[in-house]
Amino acid sequence: MNGNGGQGVRSPYSAFAEWLGTQKLEALKRKSVEAETLFRRTGITFSVYGSEDAGERLIPFDIIPRILSASEWRRLTVGIEQRVRALNAFMYDIYHRQEIIKAGRIPEELVISNSAFIPEMVGAKPPLGIYSHVIGIDIVRTSEKDFFVLEDNTRTPSGVSYMLENRETMMHMFPDLFAKIRVASVENYPENLLKTLESVAPRDLDREPTIALLTPGPFNSAYYEHSFLADQMGVELVEGQDLVVLDGVLQMKTILGPTQVDVLYRRIDDEFLDPLVFRPDSVLGVSGLFDLYRGGRVTIVNAPGAGIADDKAIYSYIPEIIQFYTGRAPILQNVPTYNCRKAEDLAYVLEHLPELVIKEVHGSGGYGMLIGPTASKDEIDTFRMKLQAHPDNYIAQPTLALSTCPTLVEAGVAPRHLDLRPFALFGDQVRITPGGLTRVALKQGSLVVNSSQGGGTKDTWVLQD
Amino acid sequence: MLGRTANDLYWLARYVERAENIARLIEVGYRIALLPREGEGYNEEWRYTLASAGCADGYFAKHDNLNTRDVINYLLFDCSNRSSVQSCLKAARRSGRAQRIALTRDMWEALNDAWIEFSNIKPTDVTANELPKILDWIRSRSALYRGAMLNTILRDSTYFFSQIGTFLERADNTARILDVKYYVLLPEVEMVGSGVDNVQWGAILRSVSAHRSYRWVYKQNYRPWRIAEYLIFHKAMPRSLGACYDHIMTSLDGLGQSCGARYTCHETALETAHLLSEGDIDAVFRSGLHEFLQDFITRNNRFGCEVAEAYHFNG
Repeated sequence: MNGNGGQGVRSPYSAFAEWLGTQKLEALKRKSVEAETLFRRTGITFSVYGSEDAGERLIPFDIIPRILSASEWRRLTVGIEQRVRALNAFMYDIYHRQEIIKAGRIPEELVISNSAFIPEMVGAKPPLGIYSHVIGIDIVRTSEKDFFVLEDNTRTPSGVSYMLENRETMMHMFPDLFAKIRVASVENYPENLLKTLESVAPRDLDREPTIALLTPGPFNSAYYEHSFLADQMGVELVEGQDLVVLDGVLQMKTILGPTQVDVLYRRIDDEFLDPLVFRPDSVLGVSGLFDLYRGGRVTIVNAPGAGIADDKAIYSYIPEIIQFYTGRAPILQNVPTYNCRKAEDLAYVLEHLPELVIKEVHGSGGYGMLIGPTASKDEIDTFRMKLQAHPDNYIAQPTLALSTCPTLVEAGVAPRHLDLRPFALFGDQVRITPGGLTRVALKQGSLVVNSSQGGGTKDTWVLQD
Repeated sequence: MLGRTANDLYWLARYVERAENIARLIEVGYRIALLPREGEGYNEEWRYTLASAGCADGYFAKHDNLNTRDVINYLLFDCSNRSSVQSCLKAARRSGRAQRIALTRDMWEALNDAWIEFSNIKPTDVTANELPKILDWIRSRSALYRGAMLNTILRDSTYFFSQIGTFLERADNTARILDVKYYVLLPEVEMVGSGVDNVQWGAILRSVSAHRSYRWVYKQNYRPWRIAEYLIFHKAMPRSLGACYDHIMTSLDGLGQSCGARYTCHETALETAHLLSEGDIDAVFRSGLHEFLQDFITRNNRFGCEVAEAYHFNG
């Protein structure tokens, strides 16, 4: 909220700070409890794997919003759109002529022997040439001007229901604030998602496309979000058991019997999509789905194999990728990244472990990482051995001075580190909702914002001019 | 609508209704267990409660004899009992959560709140003095859910499947209560008019919330035949078999119209509804009340299976 030059409250926060100054701590805490009750009643929980009852937890919600000015947001959206288009162009190329490899801009084995690369996708023709239709880009801020992209989530990013429900909750609890401060609305997201899905329906359809959202089921951690989005779009929420390939099309089992599905917004991972092609033991997907997809009889969103664009080993090449496909320099910067597969990078990383963040190439959720500055000597030594044993498995990045935002904690209002995941949709056009998922590290000094590691969320406000 | 969704909605409604019925049965059983009785231990009343709830076999598989605490615990909290209130609410919520988008927000919140609050009740909290409060609470939760549904849901297949589930379960429950209790009471005709007897008869009515309405309708004391007639045929009585089948027919017609087809389940229900509209209590007693009720319970179950098949509940 405060700039790092010590100039006091930054302008996007001024109206809010004024309001916050008039609030009593006790009242804020009461509101915080009220918010939690609201979330629990609505059932906005996420499941913890492996348990049925105790399995639903709330992600802590902080009632103090994260605020971005209209001009800051405009800059971000231009950068996001550039990325979304470049990443999709990259995927189209990788699964077709592979010009970028031929041009020597990216090492071939990094793509071909990458587990996120799906050879079965080579030559497939997704409608409009789009692979990743729903993208959540993780962004951190380190100063007034500097935003860095931490990760491009191009597979099945989640969290958008928090963007929507956090806003609902805030508007319910603080209507006076919204009367005072003009905050851009996020409520068009489901409609935009629906438009995006419709725009990529199989081309020769002579009727309105039928859309369904494929979920792994109620025990999945993001099940609430799946049901929420299906509900908001007015489409069926289906599981693998509800789908069948029949007469050369994908059908869902309705009370009237089988009904054709044209676009499948899937929220299950690639490997579970079709037991005939990927994991044979999967019961979450549908046998024969992939063949239909390749034949253009159904559209899968996001496309299988879209993970190649958010692989951590590919990440450091993203600036290169943007330059290659758009002919322009990236608007949003990457965090400088050391690829431990390169000998010189590995040497540097091993020498600077206490200053760096080390991540597993295929890890997610904040697991399997080392945060040098806060790690113990033992932890550092353990990672040193891991790095030496399997350097290909790791990348390293400098620890960034993440921005903070006032957050309600036990002792009062205190700064906590945060990141931001805006959501972009790509179909007939790129649509970016003004807002996103702000995750906040609730522990003092912590830089880990993942909900599985004690992080919380905030409402994200984009101010209107 | 997915076949699986229809299946979940149907069972969700059945479980909510069942939880309420179990609470009613406990309430009545408890009232009677408190009364002194001749010849047998007062705990014997629980035998009929368990039989009416369809829980007798399960109970005696776990317990050697009847006592109030064990019975109440078995009916309220035992997870191995698929009809305990705990199991019902859990199953209802699981179905509700799986079909979150078929429910309105009001329905979901009523269901979810009920589950959260019930999970916080410990079996040890259920003292004699607390029991009535908990039973009332269960009934009020069921009423809240039904109210939320009736007030907020679109009159489409979501509504029709919920209604069918509710009234099929309710009809089954009423038929069982009548079947079990009536036979217990009939041999004691010589006691008609005695205080205990009136309480016993009243208990049948009370377990379907009809002890006051009976007097309004018949303007006379409890009479065995009248009570049977009231619970089987009287359509003004909302838990009678006749009233349940009125609701079932309305929803089946709705489904027939919105899906554009009629199936075997329509025929079966029509036949049953006809029996209930045209039948009379004298004929029922001539051919045997027990036989009539058993036949009804079988028909009712068959109808449930036919609905599941017609609307692809299992894909």
